[in-house]
Amino acid sequence: MKIGVFVCHCGSNIEATVDTAAVAAASREFPDVVFATDTMYTCSEPGQDEIVAAIKEHNLGGVVVASCTPRMHEQTFRRTVERAGLNRYLFEMANIREHVSWIGKDRESNTNKSVDLVRMATEKLMRNRPLYSKKFDINKRVLVIGGGVAGIQAALDCADGGLEVVMVEKAPTIGGKMAKLDKTFPTVDCSSCILGPRMVDVAQHPNITLYAYSEIEEINGYVGNFEIKVKKKATYVDWDSCTGCGICMEKCPSKKATDTFNEGIGKTTAINIPFPQAIPKKAKIDPDFCTKIQKGKCGVCAKLCPSGCINYEMQDEFVTEKVGAIVTATGFDLFDWSIYGEYGAGRYPDVITSLQYERMLSASGPTGGHIKRPSDGKEPKNVVFIQCVGSRDKSVGRPYCSGFCCMYTAKQAILTKDHLPDSQSYVFYMDIRAIGKLYDEFTRRAMEEYDTKYIRGRVSMIYPQGDRLLVRGADTLMGAQVEVDADLVVLAVGAEAAAGAGELAEKLRISYDSYGFYMEGHPKLKPVETNTAGVYLAGACQGPKDIPSSVGQGSAAAAKVLGLFSKDQLESDPQVSVVDIKRCIGCGKCIQTCPFGAIKEMEFRGMAKADVIETICQGCGICTSTCPQGAVQLQHFTDNQILSEVNALCRF
Amino acid sequence: MKVININLSYNSDFVSQVEEESGQKLNLCYQCGKCTAGCPYTAEYDISVSQIMRLTQTGQKDKVLQSKSLWLCATCESCTARCPNKIDVARIMDVLRHMARREGYTGIRTVKTFWDSFLNSVRSNGRVFEVGLLANYISHTGRFWTDIGLGPKILPKGKIHFKPVEMKGKKEVTKIFMRFKQESAK
Amino acid sequence: MNKPLNYAYYPGCSSTGTSLEYDMSSRAVCAALDINLTDVPDWSCCGSTPAHTVDHSLSSALSARNLDQVASMGLDSCVSPCPSCLANLKTAKHRMEDAGFRDKVNNLLDKPADTRVETKSVLQILVEDYGIENIRKKVVKPLTGLVVGAYYGCILNRPAELMQFDDLEHPMAMDNIMEALGATVVPFPLKVECCGASFGIPRKDVVMRLSGKLLDTAHGIGAMALVTACPLCQMNLDMRQNQINKANGSKHTMPIFYFTQLMGLALGLPEKELGIGKLCVSPRNVLDAIDANLKEKAA
Repeated sequence: MKIGVFVCHCGSNIEATVDTAAVAAASREFPDVVFATDTMYTCSEPGQDEIVAAIKEHNLGGVVVASCTPRMHEQTFRRTVERAGLNRYLFEMANIREHVSWIGKDRESNTNKSVDLVRMATEKLMRNRPLYSKKFDINKRVLVIGGGVAGIQAALDCADGGLEVVMVEKAPTIGGKMAKLDKTFPTVDCSSCILGPRMVDVAQHPNITLYAYSEIEEINGYVGNFEIKVKKKATYVDWDSCTGCGICMEKCPSKKATDTFNEGIGKTTAINIPFPQAIPKKAKIDPDFCTKIQKGKCGVCAKLCPSGCINYEMQDEFVTEKVGAIVTATGFDLFDWSIYGEYGAGRYPDVITSLQYERMLSASGPTGGHIKRPSDGKEPKNVVFIQCVGSRDKSVGRPYCSGFCCMYTAKQAILTKDHLPDSQSYVFYMDIRAIGKLYDEFTRRAMEEYDTKYIRGRVSMIYPQGDRLLVRGADTLMGAQVEVDADLVVLAVGAEAAAGAGELAEKLRISYDSYGFYMEGHPKLKPVETNTAGVYLAGACQGPKDIPSSVGQGSAAAAKVLGLFSKDQLESDPQVSVVDIKRCIGCGKCIQTCPFGAIKEMEFRGMAKADVIETICQGCGICTSTCPQGAVQLQHFTDNQILSEVNALCRF
Repeated sequence: MKVININLSYNSDFVSQVEEESGQKLNLCYQCGKCTAGCPYTAEYDISVSQIMRLTQTGQKDKVLQSKSLWLCATCESCTARCPNKIDVARIMDVLRHMARREGYTGIRTVKTFWDSFLNSVRSNGRVFEVGLLANYISHTGRFWTDIGLGPKILPKGKIHFKPVEMKGKKEVTKIFMRFKQESAK
Repeated sequence: MNKPLNYAYYPGCSSTGTSLEYDMSSRAVCAALDINLTDVPDWSCCGSTPAHTVDHSLSSALSARNLDQVASMGLDSCVSPCPSCLANLKTAKHRMEDAGFRDKVNNLLDKPADTRVETKSVLQILVEDYGIENIRKKVVKPLTGLVVGAYYGCILNRPAELMQFDDLEHPMAMDNIMEALGATVVPFPLKVECCGASFGIPRKDVVMRLSGKLLDTAHGIGAMALVTACPLCQMNLDMRQNQINKANGSKHTMPIFYFTQLMGLALGLPEKELGIGKLCVSPRNVLDAIDANLKEKAA
């Protein structure tokens, strides 16, 4: 094979600490290398053209590019060699940026290491064979996990684009966090007025199947052909016949159930519909509080239900759905602020979270939209907002900014004045982060028009004094310790990854960061993709996001799915395992160890043999290291190819 | 108000010395003010603790070491306990106080005299002899009325001794102080 | 108790003077609960606040001399009633785990010190080693009707990494003991706020302000008395209560007990052994009220 080697400067990224010309010169001495050069930017158009020209001029049979990580440009260069008529697998990449120039300063050692990496790449390339993809059919249905505003947007866009959508929502209603908000910034639009119609659209869209109060149990398959096992949690109410009339809720004698929708402000009945605009508007029993389920007595709801849909014996149910792509939109949860002893750790009833305050501000909330202190039901005069509770705080393991708290705090301060004109709001902040369109103007309005007193500093203590709370903080601009007598304290609690995000990520086989937020394919260029083909992200599951960003990402994810489904068939990755049936002894060890169920047993001339299903195999290589006979080989990473690299490295 | 030239007035030796002696990284401080917010002594300080942190971070050595605040910190640890960046602020205050002493700053005379009197008492007796400490303090400050009113209240309760309690190893303790003096003179 | 509890006892300087009653009651309560305290034979001052404001090696040397003595007693843990002593002894042990610092400290001593022993507060061993439920069983004279607030002071549990005891912002050890003794505990909001510490002599105004605030708050929540676990806190609040009243125009007559004194009373120990008479603000009315409540209940 005639090989050409291209050593990239990457501007000064590589050239500053690697002598690329020397690497090219050394490469010329390697067996089969007939051409080697260093180039400024190999990935640029002239850089790629140089490769194409060299292939033609020197009649090259394979190309090595020594530059950055294959994750960055392997696809780019594969397309380049293809343009020149080579098979895309007759190409190898040596990573001399991430693995060399960025991590070492010594030019001589770096140059030597780069030469070694190029030598390994050429040795492997000599043993590369042309590989060809196969085409397979895809199922053009999409699963959307999570029915918050991001998931709703993704589902509606996909459904409007003609795709069948399956939406799975953990809670009894869709709407997510946005459904709990009273108003939205910076327009002070009524949250349920703008979200409500979208929720109804989901319910009524002929292309959308909604599983509410359901969770993902299992995910199998691969891009184009996923198989999803959905757990429909027992609601104890037959939702097919429930009309949402609410009679059960009116008459239920057990009135101390946790009101999750209202964030624990007030209590609800054991059988309940979360809120009047719920989608689906169906009742569900909280078994922990139902006297019939707990003690076998009561049964009032069953007696009164006009459609006879109560079933105290109901069990969880499982359904299977087949889809070709998945949009993950599982959102976020609030940081558990009770770790802050200095804010009372939950001891003081008049210290509440921002989301509890939203429920209090909402006309459909437990206080009917009246701001009342939880302790005594009185209207507060001084309301203190504390920002960055569980954000930008290393001591509680949350060093990141939650992004939207500055804005919703300004909104809540404005709404407080609207609700209670005689009230005075104070906001303790560290920096005001208002980088969206019309955002800064909005926070200025809170100060200029609504006379919200902004105090730059953190709060160190909250404690009761008489029937008020004393908030002691700092005004760092004044250089002073300051105290505010507060009637109500609202904590702008930060966002964290949704409960269970890690477990779901494992089922989806996508990665997440150290805080549990899902990792995008590339921080700049692949914001809605993941590293698992066919799985996309939307909304705050990827990182804290406000509504417009979540909606934008929901639409972006839908566009990706529609793009994927614009073809009728997908190409499989030929970097999969193949079985040499002459060597296979049919022991079945590979079948047991394959994590994807991609190997099945077949019969060949009366003998058992292993057979790889190409479209399921993910190319992980576990079978190749399990096989006692060396009969399973991973194409493009065969034992011979890998050993030749090792030999190139360990020459002495 | 004085205009401060940020680069010319930055005393990098001071910054690295504080970091070394305290084991803390000053750049971790983002000036949220939570230390000042919780400090019970802010009312008495001439420079609040968060501003001491800022001045130290920006290498303003003289301004920091002149501050009276250093002598009023009781090491109550509320700053350290609540710092979102886990900076041991109280330890930095302690280290600044050591530096102020070494550079000859008196800060608040009564406080320094009291602490010195206390240590004199420990040096001579191995333990604190309260009456001796008070006498030493009064003789150095001339504040003869200090707590005189408490006498009648606690005298009859047997809480006050007019002779130090004898202990065997008091010479060992004295030697600790002597060696410390020699080491510091090096 | 299954295992006998044995500790070296480091009383600290104030126990020979201004906090005599803390020392007396700590010893009496431990004796009554069969907890063996053996005095560190020739203990010396830990250096307290003044030493660490001068230099950390001086401060640790003064503490290390005492830790070394405990080690030579063959005991692996030491208790002290005083949080300031405790903080210094623990800090010395902790910092001397660093070899460079240990050499610096050992340079100041006659011989290198063995500083591996643990130090705990009397409060900590009662709560963690003896146990609240065992204390509850020993109560013979419940403190019925006593409405009390528990004040912990600033360094009993701070910094958390070093002290490793109780909740940082809302410690409960004394609250729980008081509840076990039959008292009514009112949550004291300023449990860990500083009292003014050792500024009583050089800057009395500071103590007047800070301790005054503590007394005002205790009064505000309806406490009849405060209990403390620190000689300096107790002294500022008790001995200086008149000065505080004069400075702030307040009229407090709030008894400030050591928690060990109230424990002793509930365990049926005589007042004299607990140094009740040594308190500056008379607790007579409060104690009489408890007795009256007890009699009423008996009748």
